[in-house]
Amino acid sequence: MQNVFESVGEKTIEHLDYVGSLNIQWWATLRAMLHSLPFVGNRYRWRAAVRQMLEIGVDAMSMVSLMSICTGFIFAMQGASELGRFGALRYVVDLVAVGFTRELGPLMTAIAVSGRSGSAFAAEIGTMKVTEEIDSLRVMALEPIEFVLAPKYLAALIAVPCLSVVANVCGILAGALFMFFSIRLTPVLYVRYVFEAIDLRDVVLGLIKSVVFGTIIAQVGCLEGFRVHGGPDSVGRSTTSAVVKSTFLVIVADAIFTAIFYFTGKH
Amino acid sequence: MPIISVRGLVVEYDGRRVLNELNLDIERGETMVLLGGSGCGKSTLLRQIIGLERPKSGSIHVNGTDITRCSKSDLKKMHRSIGVAFQSAALFNSLNVEDNVALPLREHTRLADSVIELVVWFKLAAVGLADHGKLFPQELSGGMKKRAAVARALALGPEILVLDEPSAGLDPIVAAELDELILLLKGA
Repeated sequence: MQNVFESVGEKTIEHLDYVGSLNIQWWATLRAMLHSLPFVGNRYRWRAAVRQMLEIGVDAMSMVSLMSICTGFIFAMQGASELGRFGALRYVVDLVAVGFTRELGPLMTAIAVSGRSGSAFAAEIGTMKVTEEIDSLRVMALEPIEFVLAPKYLAALIAVPCLSVVANVCGILAGALFMFFSIRLTPVLYVRYVFEAIDLRDVVLGLIKSVVFGTIIAQVGCLEGFRVHGGPDSVGRSTTSAVVKSTFLVIVADAIFTAIFYFTGKH
Repeated sequence: MPIISVRGLVVEYDGRRVLNELNLDIERGETMVLLGGSGCGKSTLLRQIIGLERPKSGSIHVNGTDITRCSKSDLKKMHRSIGVAFQSAALFNSLNVEDNVALPLREHTRLADSVIELVVWFKLAAVGLADHGKLFPQELSGGMKKRAAVARALALGPEILVLDEPSAGLDPIVAAELDELILLLKGA
């Protein structure tokens, strides 16, 4: 029995330590991020941030678009099969539009970015740690958080919400195609229904979620990289861990957000 | 007054003592070579001297500053006066050789790009890599990587140059060339 308590206690302390490390790293990144901003910061950091934006955002756009189109179709078809029984096919538009702007757009994007970029952050920083590049930065009087993490975080804060908007548009567009081919609903009428279904608050809340998801992905990915010890095999483990932990935390954060909005009467 | 003074240095990893009451003085202008078997703590001592790790006890004075007790900002100041070339060269793979050498100059000086270019060329020429500045680390041989790391360590004109196993893994000819280069740099 004592062993069970010891094991539970040990795991709890481990998780608290992890969350604490994430918070410390996050605050340090926020302070360091000033140097990555254009005009007021270091131009080399801003260039690095732009490069990261291209990698996180532009390079992932086709993947996120395709995922959203497929999900949009699935969502519309599943919705139509149920709502059609009640003669409420028109509400498939509401289902797709609200579903994507509030939930699916930011969530699909976060899962895609977590798999692509979160793992890449962990692998890159982990490799830098193994090859003494992080130590090399320190002895050059450069802060690894400022030099490596801050541009990635800034890029994620900008690229993830942008990708979410793309995901929303693609998902809703897929719904439009389905509605056109199933009940010949014209695109103009579809767009009108979409604007009736969603309001600005839905879009803003979706974007806020994206910013939080981007924070989780960048911070978890980089922390896993910084925690690499030993040889190249631990880089592989940290990469897997980055994807698993960031996806899990994104879903937990989404559930918390949705519960807060629901119970505070926003939705 | 020695430029580096180590007194009663004790370093332990997980209760295992690696360095025990170590004392060491290095005078300005002196070239000190640490020789010892694998795992005897050479790299550990270097990591302590450059402030990457904190010891269990003892003191390390670099240029009069006790780096085991100084603040983070003092440690950063100290780092600007030290050039370090790691065992693995530790060049940034995303940057070419020129950018690797230019990095400390871009970060710590307000020199114009044209001046930085000139300084980089000069440093690369000093280590015999003037024609290889556009190559990326993965395109370099082991010896070239080490020389590029030395060039980067020299970029800010440091008072102290720390080289961790500069000739490890190199063939005898290249290793001898690198040794000669280090002696040449000391003379310069």
